[in-house]
Amino acid sequence: MPSGERFSGGAKINFFSAWDLVVSGNPTLMAIVRLSLAVSLTAAVIAGAVGMPLGASLALTRFPGRATLIVLCNAMMGLPPVVVGLAVYLLLSRSGPLGAMGILFTPAAMIVAQTILIVPIIAALTRQTVEDLWSEYSDELNSMEVGPVGRVATLLWDARYSLMTTLLAGFGRAIAEVGAVMIVGGNIDGFTRTMTTSIALETSKGDLPLAMGLGLVLICIVLAINAAAWVARLWSERQAG
Amino acid sequence: MRAPSSELPLVLDRILFKAGVATILNHLSLTIAPGAPTVIVGPNGSGKTTLLRLCMGLIAPTDGNITWGGRRQASMARRAIVFQRPVMLRRSTAANVAYALAKADVHHSHRAARVDQLLARVGLFDMAQRAARSLSGGEQQRLALARALARDPELLLLDEPTASLDPASTRRVEEIILVAAQSGIKIVMASHDLGQVRRIAGDVVFLARGALCEHSSADNFLNRPTMPEAAAFLRGDLVI
Repeated sequence: MPSGERFSGGAKINFFSAWDLVVSGNPTLMAIVRLSLAVSLTAAVIAGAVGMPLGASLALTRFPGRATLIVLCNAMMGLPPVVVGLAVYLLLSRSGPLGAMGILFTPAAMIVAQTILIVPIIAALTRQTVEDLWSEYSDELNSMEVGPVGRVATLLWDARYSLMTTLLAGFGRAIAEVGAVMIVGGNIDGFTRTMTTSIALETSKGDLPLAMGLGLVLICIVLAINAAAWVARLWSERQAG
Repeated sequence: MRAPSSELPLVLDRILFKAGVATILNHLSLTIAPGAPTVIVGPNGSGKTTLLRLCMGLIAPTDGNITWGGRRQASMARRAIVFQRPVMLRRSTAANVAYALAKADVHHSHRAARVDQLLARVGLFDMAQRAARSLSGGEQQRLALARALARDPELLLLDEPTASLDPASTRRVEEIILVAAQSGIKIVMASHDLGQVRRIAGDVVFLARGALCEHSSADNFLNRPTMPEAAAFLRGDLVI
């Protein structure tokens, strides 16, 4: 582990040192950025694969307790990351039910925690989107005798542009949170250290300029991903309307 | 050759349909037999759309029976409907038709050829790759017809398919409808355009305030209406 290599030379740090690190391609920083992106993008993709069909099913089926489930799902959008982190920690710790997997303090545990954190967001937003779309599509799909699974698939596909925003909301929540990854990842230098845990660490060490710089880098990365998604959306909308 | 009809005659027996406290259709009995197109005429709010949705089997009557070919079946495999404002799926024109074919259980290997054939039939062959939502109103209506025809229906229900179209688009839609009727598909169409009734109808069902006022041949309806409401409608009076 490259623990000896710190971000830079201590006292000389100024506000722009984080940018210098980016521009110079500092390997430690690059590794942190890569890990942050890998963990949060993976969590967003898994949560999308789970949360979108879940949200669409919730929108299209009627069963007792549905209203309670919707309220619960909406409320869980506000899950505190530290609580999710703690719950996943307990699950994955040596003495916990899934302790045998031995993934606590690894990126895998961080992905699990962030996935749990954002599934409710994606499910709740998908539920609303699909329910609105269903009121427009119901007659048409019913008269083509589209079954329950086909409805979910059709509406998810036709809502794809709105759902891209939903996925970005989930990703944004994941990349921005610090509590869950800190607890289940442990902020281990060179292994589970992310942008947000670095910022927390540098802040607690009193290196506020570097912490601010890292924060700006994080914001720029999120901005770049959203801009890319926007361009992709414009392009595909032009293709398929 | 077509198999013997399983959908016709479509018999509605003392249909009552209520939405909340409002009575939309009031003890309406009607038999729709094979043959030339049946056009349902009546003012807005007379129950035309509700009647078509009942005929499709999309909604169930509050009271009374509907049978298709003598059966109170649930399957709508040989029926299709085009709504007044059809919803285009967010995909290409061709993909919209392919979707309808897939839902009608047409095997994957036959779909591409059928898509081409159906798009040619409604005059949208050149627009196959255009996004369906970018089509004009008239083109969307024709795409909706192609999707309905993809189901290979015996009974095709049309809810004012030309209500918001200009004369040129109306003519193209009517041509498609007449060709479909000649191929043996039973057309049941709502309209409040008397010119359209003249051009298309074999028989006319006149609805007013949720009740069946008159069911007669187009010729009799247009020239010798028996009920005062129908006569007033034909004169161009405002029938409410």
